[in-house]
Amino acid sequence: MLKVRVIPTLLWKDFGLVKGVGFNSWRRVGSVLPTIKVYNSREVDELILVDIMASREGNSPDYDSLNDFADECFVPLTFGGGITNLTQIVSLLHAGADKISLNSVLFDNPNLVNEAAYKFGIQCIVASIDVHRLENRFTCLSHAGTQNSKREPIAWAKELADRGAGEVLLTSVDRDGTMQGYDLELIEKIASAVTIPVIASGGAGNYQHMIDAVKQAGASAVAAASIFHFTEQTPSGAKAAMKSAGIPVRQSLR
Amino acid sequence: MKIAIINYGMGNLGSVRRSLENIGVNVIVAENPKQLSDANKIILPGVGAFGEGMKKLRNDGWVEALQIQVIEEHKPLLGICLGMQMLASLSEENGLNEGLNFISGKVIRLDNLGCKFRIPHVGWNEAKYQESTPLFKNIPQSMDFYFVHSYTFTSDNQVNVIATSAYGISVTAAIQKDHIFGTQFHPEKSAKAGQQILKNFIDFVPC
Repeated sequence: MLKVRVIPTLLWKDFGLVKGVGFNSWRRVGSVLPTIKVYNSREVDELILVDIMASREGNSPDYDSLNDFADECFVPLTFGGGITNLTQIVSLLHAGADKISLNSVLFDNPNLVNEAAYKFGIQCIVASIDVHRLENRFTCLSHAGTQNSKREPIAWAKELADRGAGEVLLTSVDRDGTMQGYDLELIEKIASAVTIPVIASGGAGNYQHMIDAVKQAGASAVAAASIFHFTEQTPSGAKAAMKSAGIPVRQSLR
Repeated sequence: MKIAIINYGMGNLGSVRRSLENIGVNVIVAENPKQLSDANKIILPGVGAFGEGMKKLRNDGWVEALQIQVIEEHKPLLGICLGMQMLASLSEENGLNEGLNFISGKVIRLDNLGCKFRIPHVGWNEAKYQESTPLFKNIPQSMDFYFVHSYTFTSDNQVNVIATSAYGISVTAAIQKDHIFGTQFHPEKSAKAGQQILKNFIDFVPC
């Protein structure tokens, strides 16, 4: 049986890891390499690493740093931030990324999903969608939440899935960093609109939130950051709680 | 012991190389088919589409080199993910494409075999393996491995299927024919259990 994944999200800015609230007011939370080392030794299911300034500042991915990070990572690693073309994806896969997360570039060039999926297989391409609630409507933001793309998330998720994305990383910008729980309505809407796996992100503050995202909203995996940075709760604790709630989670070799 | 990883431009090469180095073996990243003759064992990694992968193997002379090194010289081969699928006779990904035909079988999309679950099959899933198989030595039964794929290997000879995983249907998780192995999951990304698979391949002695 396929297991539900618990995925720590690492937000990388300048020389270290940060975490904010609502994609803003970033706090330093540590260094990248030691954090990856710890998560690797604790055998997390997967890691997502996002360079949050790359798109905003128009920078290319930092392959050398990724290469160093990947040296310590023997679990699947998804990399995102600042990716605009296929050549960069080749270099990122060679540096040690296993999956590539695309976001801002897609609003101008959605065809990059088709090209990348054809070349690297759909399993390699994660469509990252950042969603903001405007009164009772949802809209997609880009460039680390700084621009409103005016795209509607359900149609956008469907389009990216049809173009060949292998997974959706769905982040609620409003819930990000609040630890008030995932946006279950949003997750439910996207998960029922697409047939590819949906990773819930934004808002996890306790294990019950994760259980709700899976059981009530239909997420295939849960990503979280603040809960692991700022509380005593851990990925293995989350999996134990999920297991008690009847959700299948992975066992690892001791 | 020298292990060659075939670099045909499609793999998550970095991850495979690191895993092997972590075990402590001598790794050659083979950029050229001639380099395979220096190796004791060969790994064919793979992230990507079948047709594109086979085209690269064919155009750059890897198919002939593998024929000599693996079939004639009997060097053990491990195909990972797409690398395992390319061991098959045929694939239906992006139209029909011929494979290496080292292990008789077809590569078919999961939903065309009746899988009703979300595709791709992404994440950790249990592998149920045949007890005597050398690739799973020192690994507990039903251990989780990391999968990420939409197509699966359907073997013509059930005896070649050494491990399966349940995902709506029975998915071929690993195959073996003599000294030729394949895993649909990614041992290089399956933490300690995956390292053990690679170690077992390195320790494998053909009879």
